[in-house]
Amino acid sequence: MREITYLQAITEAVDEEMARDPTVFLMGEDIRQWGAPLGEFKGLFEKYGGERVRDTSISETAMIGAAAGSAAMGMRPIVHIMFSEFLAVCMSDIRNVLTKTRYMTGAKTKFPATIMSYSGAGVSAAGEHSTCPYGLMMTIPGLKIVAPATPYDAKGLIKSAIREDNPVQVLYHIKLIFDRLTGEVPEKEYTIPIGKADIKREGNDVTVVAIGLMVHRALAAANKLQEKGISVEVVDPRSLAPIDKQTIIGSVKKTGRLVIMDEEPKTESASSEIAAIVAEEAFDLLDAPIKRVCAPDTPIPFSPTLEKAWMPDEEDLIKAITEIT
Amino acid sequence: MAIEKGKLIDMYRTMVRIRVFEEKIAEDFAAGEIPGFVHLSAGQEANAAGMCANLRPDDIITSNHRGHGHIIAKAGNKYSLAPMVAELYGKKTGVNKGKAGSQHLSDLDIGVLVAEGIQGTALTLAGGAALAAKLKGTDQVVVGFIGDGTLNTGRFHEGMNMASAWKLPLICYCENNIWAESTNIYDVTNLTKLTDRAAAFNIPGISVDGNDVMAVYEVAAEAVARARRGEGPTFIEGKTCRRFGHFQGDAHLYRSQEEKDECMKRDPIPRFRKKLIEMKVLTDEEADKIHQEVKAEMDKAVKFTLESPFPDPEEVLTDVFAQGGKK
Repeated sequence: MREITYLQAITEAVDEEMARDPTVFLMGEDIRQWGAPLGEFKGLFEKYGGERVRDTSISETAMIGAAAGSAAMGMRPIVHIMFSEFLAVCMSDIRNVLTKTRYMTGAKTKFPATIMSYSGAGVSAAGEHSTCPYGLMMTIPGLKIVAPATPYDAKGLIKSAIREDNPVQVLYHIKLIFDRLTGEVPEKEYTIPIGKADIKREGNDVTVVAIGLMVHRALAAANKLQEKGISVEVVDPRSLAPIDKQTIIGSVKKTGRLVIMDEEPKTESASSEIAAIVAEEAFDLLDAPIKRVCAPDTPIPFSPTLEKAWMPDEEDLIKAITEIT
Repeated sequence: MAIEKGKLIDMYRTMVRIRVFEEKIAEDFAAGEIPGFVHLSAGQEANAAGMCANLRPDDIITSNHRGHGHIIAKAGNKYSLAPMVAELYGKKTGVNKGKAGSQHLSDLDIGVLVAEGIQGTALTLAGGAALAAKLKGTDQVVVGFIGDGTLNTGRFHEGMNMASAWKLPLICYCENNIWAESTNIYDVTNLTKLTDRAAAFNIPGISVDGNDVMAVYEVAAEAVARARRGEGPTFIEGKTCRRFGHFQGDAHLYRSQEEKDECMKRDPIPRFRKKLIEMKVLTDEEADKIHQEVKAEMDKAVKFTLESPFPDPEEVLTDVFAQGGKK
């Protein structure tokens, strides 16, 4: 099968959906000249023109308003809110309008809007351009969230997000773009259902639920532990809302142990929710306490050595696994 | 501009419907019949009536916390008041199934996209709806109703900038009742003319007596025509005043007696009635008949509401997500 980069997978997904559905359009800062700063939408302005590929002012609140208003009127907007921190700029518009209004109108409206944002540290972008806001976004009823870790998942999930009749937040990882991650992606059309986890590696001794970039660190750690005779199962939820409880609990049923690896400050992160789900719904399956490998509750530092120390890595995960196996 | 007779009578009836609705709601709220809060628009009827009389059923408005009048005006006089009253009471038969209440009453079926309690979002969403009209190539017009306090939000600036840059078919209708809750608008802005804000977006900014429905109608007609021609947004300031406090129960002690008296004198309904009689559009008897009919209609709507059940508790879990998607 052909291999393409994570970035190419993102571009292909948006391109294909724009080609198949004339109601799909794209808005964002710097998407005309650059195809967005990392080039996710490169070539789309030339292909679809300025009406459907719209450069916006630096106006995140108006961008979400434009997405919500146009979605309610039958369009399928994709709005690029560049770095995940910028989601906080328009958080009221996402939290109070885009995701609540269907409910508050008694289902008289629907909002098929996709928000795409980079998340993640690892490129020395400092404290305002490095966040993974998984846990924060999971607190929003009415929002679906996908966080793809591979080119295959990125393409399939973004296509599903665009076709979804509800608001979906896509959080793709900046470091996977910078690292030019490649992976197998079929030429043939496919989608991945939102809400379905993927077991990235099978194992018997411990379940590691890892998100985004952390999936790759968990797989690397699993390889090292294999040599020591510890068999690690790596579960990638891929969607954080809805989250695939069944697959996570099914894996814990097999292994009896759970470690969650999440690139967020620990408090109220996605890991908090996953740990709570397993503790609440599958406590009897656990042979050891749930462990969480997260970042400390601090802003994200700039200097590469500080940032490296801040991010959860293979060694942190191996240590946590060793403590309970 | 000559406004045809039927339109004039329709606007009058709309204003009466809003007033009767608001006064009855004030009474029932004071009696403890209505949960939550209500923000009443009595006194401001001419703005909604004059603006919406220019709109087609497929045009869109967005509204705010003081929104009952906008919805009644956009819906047209054939739209029943009953589901609106039922919504305010939190009943199952409410237009939004009891999930919205007074502040978020809306009905996209009649072109009322949302009613927003967070200031400025009514305008940014209106911009989005206007963008959809542009992208779909329809000639629909969208009106975002805001209050004077909203002029100082970031969303107003972002939304108007975007709408003007993209030449969207948007009208920002600002009802200037001079009170942002309890704060006088001129204490919190350096402007003396709110329409000066329009210059920042290089669009027309027009001030009109918002208690004169015929004047509002004419200004609105030009703004709608401009939007339909694809020439972009217009900012309209309707200078008006509210007869009640910010919310029902607010004694509005921050307003001088003189200002309140002046507002009562500026009442747009007797003023329009006098004009219609002078113009021989209505007789006194015909005008009285409209009031009686509307009162009877409102009584019926309240009766319907009181006989309606509250929503089932299972309803908590419905309507969060739409099912399905684009295949």
